[in-house]
Amino acid sequence: MTTDIVPEKKNTYTINLGPQHPAAHGVLRLILEMDGEVIERADPHIGLLHRGTEKLIENKTYLQAIPYFDRLDYVGTMNQEHAFALAVEKLLRIEAPLRAQYIRVLFAELGRLLNHVLSITTGVLDIGGITPALWGFEERERMMEFYERVCGARLHANYFRPGGVHQDLPDGLLEDMAKFVENFKKFIDDTETLLTENRIFKQRLVDVGIVTKQEALDWSFSGPMLRASGVAWDLRKSQPYDVYDQMEFDVPVGTTGDCYARYLVRMEEMRQSCRIMEQAIAQMPEGLVLADDHKISPPRRADMKNSMEALIHHFKLYTEGYHVPAGETYSVVEAPKGEFGVYLVSDGSNKPYRCHIRAPGFAHLQGLDFMSRGHMLADVVAIIGSLDIVFGEIDR
Amino acid sequence: MSATKTVRSFFLLELIKGFALTFFYMFKKKVTINYPFEKGPISPRFRGEHALRRYPNGEERCIACKLCEAICPAQAITIEAEPREDGSRRTTRYDIDMTKCIYCGLCQEACPVDAIVEGPNFEYATETHEELLYDKERLLANGDRWEAQIAATLEADKKYR
Repeated sequence: MTTDIVPEKKNTYTINLGPQHPAAHGVLRLILEMDGEVIERADPHIGLLHRGTEKLIENKTYLQAIPYFDRLDYVGTMNQEHAFALAVEKLLRIEAPLRAQYIRVLFAELGRLLNHVLSITTGVLDIGGITPALWGFEERERMMEFYERVCGARLHANYFRPGGVHQDLPDGLLEDMAKFVENFKKFIDDTETLLTENRIFKQRLVDVGIVTKQEALDWSFSGPMLRASGVAWDLRKSQPYDVYDQMEFDVPVGTTGDCYARYLVRMEEMRQSCRIMEQAIAQMPEGLVLADDHKISPPRRADMKNSMEALIHHFKLYTEGYHVPAGETYSVVEAPKGEFGVYLVSDGSNKPYRCHIRAPGFAHLQGLDFMSRGHMLADVVAIIGSLDIVFGEIDR
Repeated sequence: MSATKTVRSFFLLELIKGFALTFFYMFKKKVTINYPFEKGPISPRFRGEHALRRYPNGEERCIACKLCEAICPAQAITIEAEPREDGSRRTTRYDIDMTKCIYCGLCQEACPVDAIVEGPNFEYATETHEELLYDKERLLANGDRWEAQIAATLEADKKYR
């Protein structure tokens, strides 16, 4: 007599979303285990955009490492450079001049606008609203023009340096930015008119992908993801860097923790960023933009061409670079997506011994499984949109 | 549900508001530009295609100090140098792999004689990879072609550098 071993029948099937999918925001490959139209398990596969940034940085001088930070989260690039610049400054025990700190705050907030505009409008695009994306990219174009005027590139900035910023603001830029901020508020209002009360939009977002306060803390969420769940935590307030302690702004906090709350938090953050930018423009002091120490920052070109000592500094800095005292630091900034940290270990040489990058998107993507469980396939797209993930920083 | 909320919901007020807004946007000034014929503005700091410059007397500026080669984070620049017949130190080879280059601008920052610059040109797409492996002739030709614009941008940005 034989007994047939009948395998337990599973009613789920597996589908593969991405890595080339317009709603996957980059090269996200999702293995979805579905029961009909309902998600049982979502398994993100990462690493398709891995470039070994951390290892590359170990073989570059501190100056050469800066461009690598532009290509992590390529949406608001200067915020990443900010974290690295702060880390190196901490190890060098120097501080950027006041004007440089204001410029950095100004452009970090511009980066936040760049990021949130893209995040919200493409999130809406994923769930079927085309108009905000068209309006948003017009605004992004204006913002990237400011990037281009100040550093020479629309995305690949290479502008924040340890000890300040590369070059001073060109004449007229502050006035144009003040005008832009004024007009940008109109854009926020218009986008809100289209979206915030819209019933179709709300049907797609309200009560989708709920993250409770405890879950958000357990999964080490940060930024708007954490604040939408009701935790009032903003690194610009809790441990202010540069001149954030002199800026007056509020931290928006959500209550429900769903996709809609995250949308609302990002919208309000844009208004607060406008406030910070206005204050930074109004209070912008005169002075140096790079630390006045030619062991760290290169001399001005006119000096370099006329003074032997400056020329020697110039050659030294662009070949060997500067030596950073041995030590380690973890420096964080409130990047648009959350806590962006750089753990930098120096062994006293001219290259970092280790540079670990803490990308907020990486922590947020882990949460996709529990957030999408029990939802429909179409809701996964809405959740990915509200996670605001960029694969440059997740895969590093 | 309150009465006002019911009315709002029943008459689709928020949707009508949205439609009205997009309708009025239709009459706004258009921001699109007719690209190959119109181009967006670029600043004097713009970092585009590389060029090797010459002095006004036709002598090439590059003195083969190799600072650009040293600072290049992507290691896109290759330089070989030896003394010329007149005894001056010049490059015999100056290659930039434009497909490795990340356009960070550190080479032009490092150059002590303003020889290598990233000019205002951004329209140099090619059909093959080989065409983007620039050699010295190509870079000097770029310099000759764009010299007027490059000199103007360097002058405009002089006080900030």
